[in-house]
Amino acid sequence: MNINDILIPMVTLGGLGLIFGAILAFASSRFAVEKDPRVDEVREALPGANCGACGYPGCDGLSAAIVAGKAPMNACTVGGAASAEKIGAIMGVEAQASEKQVARVLCQGDLEAAAQKYKYVGIESCAAANALGGGSKACGYGCLGFGDCAKACPFDAIEIVNGVAIVDEERCTGCTICVAACPKGIIQMVPQSKRVVILCASLDKGKLVRGYCKVGCIACNICVRKCPENAIVLESNLAHIVYDKCTNCAECVDKCPTSSIKKYDDVCEEKQTAAL
Amino acid sequence: MKTVTFKGGIHPSYNKEFTASKPIRPAALPQTAVIPLQQHVGAPCKPLVKAGDEVKVGQKIGEAGGFVSVPVHASVSGKVVAVEPRLHPGGQQVMSLVIESDGQDTVDENVQPRGDIDKLSAKEIIDIIKEAGIAGLGGAAFPTHVKLSPPPDKKVELVIINGAECEPYLTCDHRLMLEQTDDVIYGTRAIMKALGVSKGIIAIENNKPDAIAAMLKATSAYANIEVMALKTKYPQGAEKQLIKAITGKEVPSGGLPADVGTVVDNVGTAATIARAIKTGMPLIERAVTVTGRGIKEPANLMVRIGTPFSQLIDECGGFADKPGKVIMGGPMMGIAQYSLDVPVIKGTSGILVLTEGEAQAPQVQVCIRCARCVEACPADLLPLYISRYALAGMYDKAEQYNAMDCIECGCCSFECPAKRPLVESIRLAKRAIAANRRKAG
Repeated sequence: MNINDILIPMVTLGGLGLIFGAILAFASSRFAVEKDPRVDEVREALPGANCGACGYPGCDGLSAAIVAGKAPMNACTVGGAASAEKIGAIMGVEAQASEKQVARVLCQGDLEAAAQKYKYVGIESCAAANALGGGSKACGYGCLGFGDCAKACPFDAIEIVNGVAIVDEERCTGCTICVAACPKGIIQMVPQSKRVVILCASLDKGKLVRGYCKVGCIACNICVRKCPENAIVLESNLAHIVYDKCTNCAECVDKCPTSSIKKYDDVCEEKQTAAL
Repeated sequence: MKTVTFKGGIHPSYNKEFTASKPIRPAALPQTAVIPLQQHVGAPCKPLVKAGDEVKVGQKIGEAGGFVSVPVHASVSGKVVAVEPRLHPGGQQVMSLVIESDGQDTVDENVQPRGDIDKLSAKEIIDIIKEAGIAGLGGAAFPTHVKLSPPPDKKVELVIINGAECEPYLTCDHRLMLEQTDDVIYGTRAIMKALGVSKGIIAIENNKPDAIAAMLKATSAYANIEVMALKTKYPQGAEKQLIKAITGKEVPSGGLPADVGTVVDNVGTAATIARAIKTGMPLIERAVTVTGRGIKEPANLMVRIGTPFSQLIDECGGFADKPGKVIMGGPMMGIAQYSLDVPVIKGTSGILVLTEGEAQAPQVQVCIRCARCVEACPADLLPLYISRYALAGMYDKAEQYNAMDCIECGCCSFECPAKRPLVESIRLAKRAIAANRRKAG
């Protein structure tokens, strides 16, 4: 075998490699794309769940938007105060600290408490059940319990216990995806420090509510009168808490005749026992 | 006789023998008639009367809420006792007028013959139809006067009168063609005149040879009205499939029959139009087939709008056994009811009672991609994929697979050997897509 058979290809290919290498080296410096190093840093400070709750295409999209000044530092509800602070440091601004918001399902009409108007047989989805005369629950506002919210939750924070959805506050990041997934629109975002909650969304008159649910708001007005902070208002047959005023005194909880007002910690505890 | 048809479709058990030979008899007047202000496709009506007012039969009590809307009329004489939300066969609470009958059945003085169709102009006919509150009686209850007022750029050349009645169990259209043959033809002529069309076809499935014979005999005097036999196949009476079978033309995706120069109306609608012109009586009653193995004495009844379902079931001897399911309409496209307090509305073609055994829901299994749903789909869709995307919440993909062209006939679910909820999930996707489109404006 001739030594040239080896040498010629080696030299040719090696030479080609060198030429192309030189072209690439030139191109990379000549056509370099300026990239703000902060984008990568901000991206690191975000949780990386790519949940899309901020409205941008994933965490990459949001980090670019924050650096470009199109999105606020605290746009990521999932990362909350911690990531907002880090991003603030990267961007060199003091981030506005926002309190963590959590989702709460405004219904506790489980299989025992709430009456059914028919037996639902079909696709196991709240949206599908809701299309059939508003679902099988006699109450047109209650949780349907098929867990469209639980399926939508990217953080596995919602569980269906005895036919009603309940949010695990530890896991909930406040991304609001469940709010959009609920066909009944009964998931509300509430500051986590507010512990008192009215677990009913029915706008029906009290007499009707009594007929189909043991734990619904009957619009009796007692909570409104008992609240020392005037933090409860009655609107369209339903009591609402004005959370800016609520001090967690829980005066209303003891007075509510149908126990539709509860401390959220008690609700979680009850559900935990029920789940066992 | 040559028969025509479309591609796809299914052959369910027709079960028409329960009532096919039973003449339509008038049902008893309801003691309390509940007239929902929304019985049609389109805007709900505005009430013209209030609690305490006296009303007479045929009196207009609800004004149309827009162009795509029709008025409602009192179906009994008596006193309006309430204007309140009542349960509607669609499953929702709908604002309704509740009339307590005085049993006199006094007819309103405004109900007068409107003249002869040869003398009436097209516009006058359309106005009579609109004022008579006529909406498609096949079941969808689309306002008829809207169909008869196509946009000027669409030239309508053919009127098809739909006597296919492809839904299993139902026979009210069949009986109507036998018993009110002349009214059907009179109505057909009125529709043709309203549209300025010179050709009409009365289309009937060939499982109703007596109706075909009756129509052939009665149309012999009219050279421009033809009777056509259709192959017995579900959903032969679906508007787009009917047009395809008869003209060979396909209604474009998202389009209307007028896009292919056709207007389709049900035989019941035609007969009601004839009555509205001849006697001036608006749409206050319709033929309803009360049938199924769950009912003691199945029958075809002429029922006043607003009569509660419970009364009709009592009138037919009551339930034969513990009922499994009560459906408004036929088994393929009807709506299951959870209360018998709902009233008969303009779109109520039947009340079907299934026994507990028949109503048993089958066990759902996994899709084996046998494509029987694809073969059965009369709209040329791929139900298995649309359903998969719908169940996964990927409605944008479902839309790409033309979910919105689904006519919800249920052939896919019927054929599926794994008993998958195909049409159910596609309907879910359609609702979501429609909501998204509304949001996007």
